Amino acid sequence: MSGQDFTAEGGHGAVPLEGVPAAKAGHGSEREWPLYEVFVRGKRGLNHVHVGSLHAADDEMALRHARDVYTRRNEGVSVWVVQARHVAASSPDEKDPMFAPSGDKVYRHPTFYSIPDDVPHM
Amino acid sequence: MTTSDTATDAQLSALETRFEDTIARSERIEPRDWMPEGYRKTLVRQIAQHAHSEIIGMQPEGNWITRAPSLRRKAILLAKVQDEAGHGLYLYSAAETLGVSRGELTEMLIEGRQKYSSIFNYPTLSYADVGTIGWLVDGAAICNQVPLCRTSYGPYGRAMIRVCKEESFHQRQGYELLMTMMQGTDEQRAMVQESVDRFWWPALMMFGPPDEDSPNTAQSMAWGIKRNTNDDLRQRFVDMSVPQAEALGVTFPDPDLKWNAERGHHDFGEPDWEEFMQVVKGNGPCNAQRIAHRRAAHEDGAWVREAALAFADRQREAARA
Repeated sequence: MSGQDFTAEGGHGAVPLEGVPAAKAGHGSEREWPLYEVFVRGKRGLNHVHVGSLHAADDEMALRHARDVYTRRNEGVSVWVVQARHVAASSPDEKDPMFAPSGDKVYRHPTFYSIPDDVPHM
Repeated sequence: MTTSDTATDAQLSALETRFEDTIARSERIEPRDWMPEGYRKTLVRQIAQHAHSEIIGMQPEGNWITRAPSLRRKAILLAKVQDEAGHGLYLYSAAETLGVSRGELTEMLIEGRQKYSSIFNYPTLSYADVGTIGWLVDGAAICNQVPLCRTSYGPYGRAMIRVCKEESFHQRQGYELLMTMMQGTDEQRAMVQESVDRFWWPALMMFGPPDEDSPNTAQSMAWGIKRNTNDDLRQRFVDMSVPQAEALGVTFPDPDLKWNAERGHHDFGEPDWEEFMQVVKGNGPCNAQRIAHRRAAHEDGAWVREAALAFADRQREAARA
């Protein structure tokens, strides 16, 4: 045996994890189709939920690909696609500043208020 | 993220602690979180090669689509092969959240620098192989993939949940196909047995070499990327498959396969690891054919990718004018 590490959990069977490049030096010459993020509404009454991403040349193609990749088994009644570069995001790894304001405002929660048990419909 | 370029030692160790605490709480790591470079690289390798396996995995069965014995079987096989494409795309999308591009990954596959599962380097010689692949190969894949739904990297786990939901259809259609053949003629039954004989050992090899030969398993398990050892998963697969084979009326080609009441598991023989290493190195029956086919599909499609971009550019310019 080689002593090389193989992980069985590479899906359909063991794949080596050593001696395998994790990135190329420099990108290929071909210009890639832009990356789109895909959101699917599972059924009426629910929000659109992020399900993953795909590449497409334009919006119309992105919608068609989203249907084929993410809704082969009635997973959705509506799809949104948006180019990934248009998504503005907070960074979850930046500690506190973004979400800290909600931490010390316990009075925003109904459980902050004590009301006698025998008051109905509260 | 660029944090690691500029961070002081103290900042770096705070980031590491935060990362390790997240793993320890069994919470998920998300794409924009800081992560150790080794974790990121291990994930890129594992997810990319998993994606490649799904994409190459379309070939052995795709081979039979035009020769399916009935319209029903053809529709099923088409749906299954389309699912494999979908699984590849979910996984490429997860890998891309780690900062690699789709084009890079495809190039590393067709240059042979990244691998895919060895099982797809075996040929499909009869239609029974379509059933056996669904039953044993996808069955083994389910054993591998179910624990991955709880893997520590969020996008990978979410992709695996989608994959696992669909994989169950794959296994059941395969088993039903074989059951149908077993109810047919003696020749059809022999065809099933012959197919099972060819795929049993390669299916066991899908779980990878024995644990004592997998030096990095411990690190992957500590990071929550891997959830069970190769040997644990292999044992689980054997125990699951034996009663399924009995119900089907076939045997496995292993004289050492028997129930061990003391262990509460089946004992079984050792796969030929020399064969496994040869196939990984590229000397399997179909390695060259699989890569050549993937390369041709990629290169023959180049003009379509370029034309679609040119069309999109022109539409945008027309809208602006």
